[in-house]
Amino acid sequence: MININELTALEIGEKIKNKEITVLETVDAFISQIEKVDKDVNSFITVDKEEARKKALLIQEKIDSGEISGPLAGVPIAIKDNISTKGLLTTCASKILDGYIPTFSATVIDNIEKAGMITLGKTNMDEFAMGSTTETSHYGETKNPWNLNHVPGGSSGGSCTSVASGEAPVSLGSDTGGSIRQPSSFCGVTGIKPTYGTVSRYGLIAYGSSLDQIGPIGKDVKDAVSLLSVISSYDEKDSTSVKRDDYDFTKYLVDDVKGMKIGVPRDYFTDDMDTEVKEKIYSAIKALEEKGAIVEEFNLSLVPFAIPAYYVIASAEASSNLERFDGVKYGFRAEDYDDLHSMYKKTRSEGFGSEVKRRIMLGSFVLSSGYYDAYYLKALKVKALIKEAFDKAFAKYDVIIAPAAPTVAPKLGESLKDPMKMYLSDIYTISVNLCGLPGMSVPVGKSEGGLPIGMQIIANRWDEANMIKTAFAYESTGEYEKCQMLKGGEA
Amino acid sequence: MSNHISDETIEYVGILAQLDLNEEEKVKAKEDMEQMLEYIDTLNELDTEGIEPKTHISDTTNVFREDVVTNGDGSDDVLANAPLKKDEYLSVPKTIG
Repeated sequence: MININELTALEIGEKIKNKEITVLETVDAFISQIEKVDKDVNSFITVDKEEARKKALLIQEKIDSGEISGPLAGVPIAIKDNISTKGLLTTCASKILDGYIPTFSATVIDNIEKAGMITLGKTNMDEFAMGSTTETSHYGETKNPWNLNHVPGGSSGGSCTSVASGEAPVSLGSDTGGSIRQPSSFCGVTGIKPTYGTVSRYGLIAYGSSLDQIGPIGKDVKDAVSLLSVISSYDEKDSTSVKRDDYDFTKYLVDDVKGMKIGVPRDYFTDDMDTEVKEKIYSAIKALEEKGAIVEEFNLSLVPFAIPAYYVIASAEASSNLERFDGVKYGFRAEDYDDLHSMYKKTRSEGFGSEVKRRIMLGSFVLSSGYYDAYYLKALKVKALIKEAFDKAFAKYDVIIAPAAPTVAPKLGESLKDPMKMYLSDIYTISVNLCGLPGMSVPVGKSEGGLPIGMQIIANRWDEANMIKTAFAYESTGEYEKCQMLKGGEA
Repeated sequence: MSNHISDETIEYVGILAQLDLNEEEKVKAKEDMEQMLEYIDTLNELDTEGIEPKTHISDTTNVFREDVVTNGDGSDDVLANAPLKKDEYLSVPKTIG
C-alpha cells in the first residue's frame, strides 16, 4: 500500500490524475498525520479540517470534468500564518491579531486555488516573522521533527516542519532575511526565496516591505519549483510586482551544469561555522564540479556589514508597518484604558511580544529626527555597497554557493537567551534580501547528530534559471532522505 | 559607552512606538538598544561618502491605475473583526472633549 504522506506533491498530483487515489483520501491522509503528530511538533496554529474536506470533493469534480488539469491539482498545502486567507483565522502568531478573520485572500492564495490546491491550515511562525527559531510565537514553539529537542529554525518554522514531518506535501513561507532558507536547511527540505517582485506580496502581512517575499517549500527541488510556478504572477495590487516574460520555472529542471560558473565566497566559510556544515557543503560543491561546473573561490567582501544594515532597515520598515495594530479595527484590545492614546499603548504593549517590541523601538529610533541620517540613511548606503559587491560577483559567476546557516539547528531555548547571537545566525541569508536576489536552500546531508544541513544557491536578479538548474543537478546526484515521518508520541 | 541612551530618549521612543513600558521594561529596552546600536555602529567603519542611499532595489517606477473599486461591499465582515463596534461603526474612546 502506498503511503500518501511520503509522496512528493508531483507524485500525488499524478496519482490523483490517474485515479489511483482520490483528493479526499489525500486530504484525509494529511489530516490524520496532523492529528497524530502535531501535538509533538506544533507546526500548525489552525487546521481547517472541515473546509479542506469539503474542497476536496469540489476539486475532485473539477479534475474529473477536466476543468482543472495542472500538475498540482488536488494537492494539499500548508500556509504560513502571515498570509491572508479569506474567512480563515490569520494571526501572524501574535496575540494582537487574536481572532482576526481576513475579509480577502492574498494573491498567492488565489493562485494556488486556481491550480486546484487545497489549504490544510495555517502554520506557526515567529511572531510577525521576527525571529530565527519559531520560538517567539504566541502559540508556543515549533519543534524540529528530526530531533524534538531542537528548534526548526524560523521564521517559517511551521511551514518547514509540516513538510518535513509528513503533515503537508508542500507549504508556503515568507522570507525577509532568510526565513524560508534557514528553516528549510534546519528541517531538511527545499525552500526558495524568489527574486523580489516575482511573487505578489498582496495579502502578506508586512514586516519589512522592501525585503519580504513569499516562497515555496517542498520535499525536493521539483516540488518547490512547481509550486513557485503556481504562485508567481504579475499583480497590479502589489506596486512592486514586476511583469516577467515567463512564469514557468519547471523548464529549468534540467540535470546539466556543464560550464556553469560557480563562485564560492571565501569570506563566508570562516572558522565560526560548524566543521560538519563546511564539509557537507564542500562535498556538494565537488559533486557539481564533477558534473562539469567550473568552481572558483573569491572574496565577496562586506560580509560583516549585512546584518547591522539589515536590522536598521527591517526594523525601520517594521515600526511603520506595525503601526496599524492599535486595537481599533481587528484583533486584541486591552481591557483597561483611560482614553484613545492609552488604549493604543496598552493594546500594543500587551498584544506584542518582546522581540516585536524590541524591533519596533529600534525602528522608531533610527527613523527619528536627529538619528535618521546617522542610522537609516547610513544603512541604505551600505545596502548600495553590498549590492555593488554582488553585481561584481555576478559579472563573473552564474551562481554563488554558500551555507544557509553557520550551524545545524540549535537546541530549544538557547537562542532566545542571546538575541544578538540569533541575529548573527542569519549572516548568509540576509544579503540576498537586501539585494532582492533569488536564493534557495537544498538539503546536502545530515550532521553526526542526525540534524539536516542545507546548501544555499544564490543567483542574480531574475536568474532563477541558473539557480534551479544547479539545485536540480545537485539533487540528481543522489537520493536524499526526503521526509522525517513522525509516528507521534516521540516527545 | 558611546551609545548611551538617556531616560528621555527611551520615553520619546516609547511615544513614537506607541508602547507603554514599565520601569523594568525601560531598563531592559535601554540595554537592548545600546547593545544593538553599538553593533550597528560598525557600519561607520565603511566610507559611504558620495554613495546614493538605496531605498529600493528594483529599478521600476511607480505604477498608477484608475481608482476603481473591484471588490464588493465587505463592511459586515470588516466590522465583525472589530473588538468593539456600535451599529455600523468602529467604537473607540471619546477623542474630543
